[in-house]
Amino acid sequence: MLKYLFAKEEDIPPGTAAIFFGFSSIVWFVLGTGLGSFNAAKLAFPDFVTGIELISFGHMRQVHVLAVILGWISMAFAMTMMYITPALGNTKLWSEKLGVWNCFLWNIGLAFGLFLLWNGVSSGREYSDMPWFIDLVVIFGVLFPLGINVWMTIKNRRTQGIYTTNWFFGAATFMVIVVFLVGNMPEFFNLTGLTEAYLTWWFAHNVLGLWITPVAAAISYYVVPKVTGNPLYSHRIGHLHFWSVVVFYSTPAAHHLMSAPLPEWLKSFASVEGVLILVPAIAFVSNLLLTMHGKWRMFVENVEIKYTITGVLLAIPLNMQGGFQQTRAINWYVHGTGWIVAHAHLALLGFSTFLEAAAVYYGLQVLLRRKVYSLSLSNFHFWMLLIGFSTYWISMTIAGLIQGAGKIYEVPYIDVVIAEHPYMIARWVGGTMVFIGNIVWMYNMWMTARAGTPIPAGRLPHELAYER
Amino acid sequence: MAFREYKIGSRMFAFALGSSMMITLYFPSKDIASVQATKTALNRQLSFGRIGGFSVEDPFLKGKGKPVTVFLNKDPKTGQPIEPVTAYVYPAGVPFPSGLRHPRILGEGVKDLSLGQGRIADAKEGSGAVFVVSEAGFNGKTLSYIENATATRGWQPGEAVAAAGDANSRYIGSGKIMFVREGCWWCHTLLPEETQDWQYFGAPPMLGDFNGESPTAFGSDRKAPDLLHVASRNSSREWMTMHFYNPRLVQTHSIMPRYDYLWGEKDAAGNKIDYDKWRAEYNEYVAGKRVYAPEVPQPAAESEARMLIDFVLALK
Ligand code: HEC
Ligand code: HEM
Repeated sequence: MLKYLFAKEEDIPPGTAAIFFGFSSIVWFVLGTGLGSFNAAKLAFPDFVTGIELISFGHMRQVHVLAVILGWISMAFAMTMMYITPALGNTKLWSEKLGVWNCFLWNIGLAFGLFLLWNGVSSGREYSDMPWFIDLVVIFGVLFPLGINVWMTIKNRRTQGIYTTNWFFGAATFMVIVVFLVGNMPEFFNLTGLTEAYLTWWFAHNVLGLWITPVAAAISYYVVPKVTGNPLYSHRIGHLHFWSVVVFYSTPAAHHLMSAPLPEWLKSFASVEGVLILVPAIAFVSNLLLTMHGKWRMFVENVEIKYTITGVLLAIPLNMQGGFQQTRAINWYVHGTGWIVAHAHLALLGFSTFLEAAAVYYGLQVLLRRKVYSLSLSNFHFWMLLIGFSTYWISMTIAGLIQGAGKIYEVPYIDVVIAEHPYMIARWVGGTMVFIGNIVWMYNMWMTARAGTPIPAGRLPHELAYER
Repeated sequence: MAFREYKIGSRMFAFALGSSMMITLYFPSKDIASVQATKTALNRQLSFGRIGGFSVEDPFLKGKGKPVTVFLNKDPKTGQPIEPVTAYVYPAGVPFPSGLRHPRILGEGVKDLSLGQGRIADAKEGSGAVFVVSEAGFNGKTLSYIENATATRGWQPGEAVAAAGDANSRYIGSGKIMFVREGCWWCHTLLPEETQDWQYFGAPPMLGDFNGESPTAFGSDRKAPDLLHVASRNSSREWMTMHFYNPRLVQTHSIMPRYDYLWGEKDAAGNKIDYDKWRAEYNEYVAGKRVYAPEVPQPAAESEARMLIDFVLALK
């Protein structure tokens, strides 16, 4: 990598930045889920490792969360943007060198930020925990260069129209910069009180709604038609999805604070808009499932489709939960319980991760021009992720319902802690399966780069048979 | 960008996102900014100081640059007995909280009283000041406001601290830093819910209870009791000391981590704390080989544990 930082633009082979981003994201995925599993162990067995500041739960939880969001998910996004955007514009990436620098700064900046966070240097605001100078690095050293590369590549395209995926990429990179700038204002300008509390959740909501969800969806708009060979079922529904994300997903931030003393109109408004998120959700799921028409065999036989469609199917319970759990009628019961933790993992570990994993699998094969090393290992990875995630989701949902019941019956809190204990252990087991699956994945992709069967010129990875 | 459609599209996009910002940012911030600070809000921000998380004055979150809360029953200047009062001492150089820097955020009335009767504009960070929360009528209503006791009563920071003594001083602001740094808010919330928490965790906060405080650290994810009013349920320093050293001394089933490392090197008497010995003895106790658990050391006056306990016991 280092040798490309100072190479001339022409000397850097196309796809270099995407490959770096791909492998970085996998490494962060392994680290992030490892931390998650360690945290889960601490909640299940509080005396497991104890009395050391750096490994206490409060120092590590946020490191897990930001490592998976900014390391795994966002780097996987950057990887896909660096190979899909040019592919769809029938052109090259605007600047491969900028991409390499972007990847380099991203890894350094994130590692430094997480190191500080781990040591307790935190702003005390959930999801925007990083102190403000790291936020500035993220905005101007990470997101802005990424945005420029995406926008300029789209501008320099050699096709007439812009495909759905690229609208999403272009808009989401812009929106995430706005979200970071506005959402961190409490730190830049020391805003206080409810303004601070509200902006914290405005940030958290919009990072999910205007960055993670639309970009993950955009990826699958590319992967499914590309691999199955079917055209996208409907571009109109794609339009509906895009515009309803911009309009409905950007507004319900206050539904995260339904039981806080915010103005009532704001909470009611947020809650109605939150139900309307079902519009983009249904548009997205139906569009992709209909695109699969006649190719459902590939759901079983092809690795990328298996991942993508599982992710798309997981979007159904995700949005059903999301739309309804934030209404006043339901929110008071599940708010602040393990139910929400289960929901967060359904969104990020279920829905989103499966879509990105597919794109990273596919992208690395295309860019390295090698077939994935082993189908068995990929399948192993898939089932470890799916079973591990399901165990996590089910156990935390049950734990959340117990906590909810504890809230209304006003039992002494310690009884709730005791009742949750078995589910905490189950969650740890499930999460550890995900972690182990990821280590196998890292090995598999490494071996793909070293020993995967070369793909002949003019062929695509999914056209070759699996060998192992 | 040759297509006319894309021009229309990008305008529509700007319009959609702009309206969304208008509704979700501009209107709410107008609404929230017009809220009047309550007495709780004044007490909170004065005891916490400027920022409860990362800040330039305290980059490594050690609890530096924070005010001291003191309970006074004699006038620090004259030494005469007075009605007991809580005063917030800002030694020279300690940054003021937002309500003092930008009195506008205190809201109508509170701002006017604080600037008028309270003379807060006379307070300077460079020379330090002592504040108290007082009450006065404003347009027929009684409101709490911030009084700059250095200007109105001539109280100097050094005198106020000396008059109170260590026994009547609380490091609440530094304790909040510990609360944020140690991530207590990943398990505990500071926000009883409006619907069903009244009986168990106490009254939910009011709209104006947080003006001037940052971060609010409400917490979103509750694995443990709400702490906003914890000291009203349990105000025993003894219990808190044991509970923080090892929660399972007082609550066998707790999943709360141990915070013994906040005790630092030495205990209150200046003796070195032997953690290994303590843990070995504790393990014997858990295994049933000892009848009593080992004694928990008393935290030293300037230890982080003391700051944290001061903060928790101020959550009334
Ligand atoms: C892993 C989650 C976790 C973390 C982190 C945590 N706690 Fe707790 N805490 C609990 C649980 C569970 C209980 C209830 C059982 C008990 O009393 O120990 C509790 C109880 C308490 C109580 C007693 C509450 C009552 O209603 O009597 C206080 C006070 C408290 N914690 C303060 C803190 C502070 C301060 C911190 C940060 C230094 C902290 N906790 C960090 C889980 C946690
Ligand atoms: C890509 C995969 C993952 C993503 C994106 C992810 C994301 C997140 C997020 C966003 C939260 C905060 C949840 C909230 O505030 O409600 C969280 C918390 C947590 N995650 Fe993960 N996670 C992933 C994988 C895992 C794995 C494999 C484990 C292992 C068990 C794990 C364990 C935890 C734990 C223990 C918490 C703290 C929950 C709590 O405070 O109750 N995560 N994660």
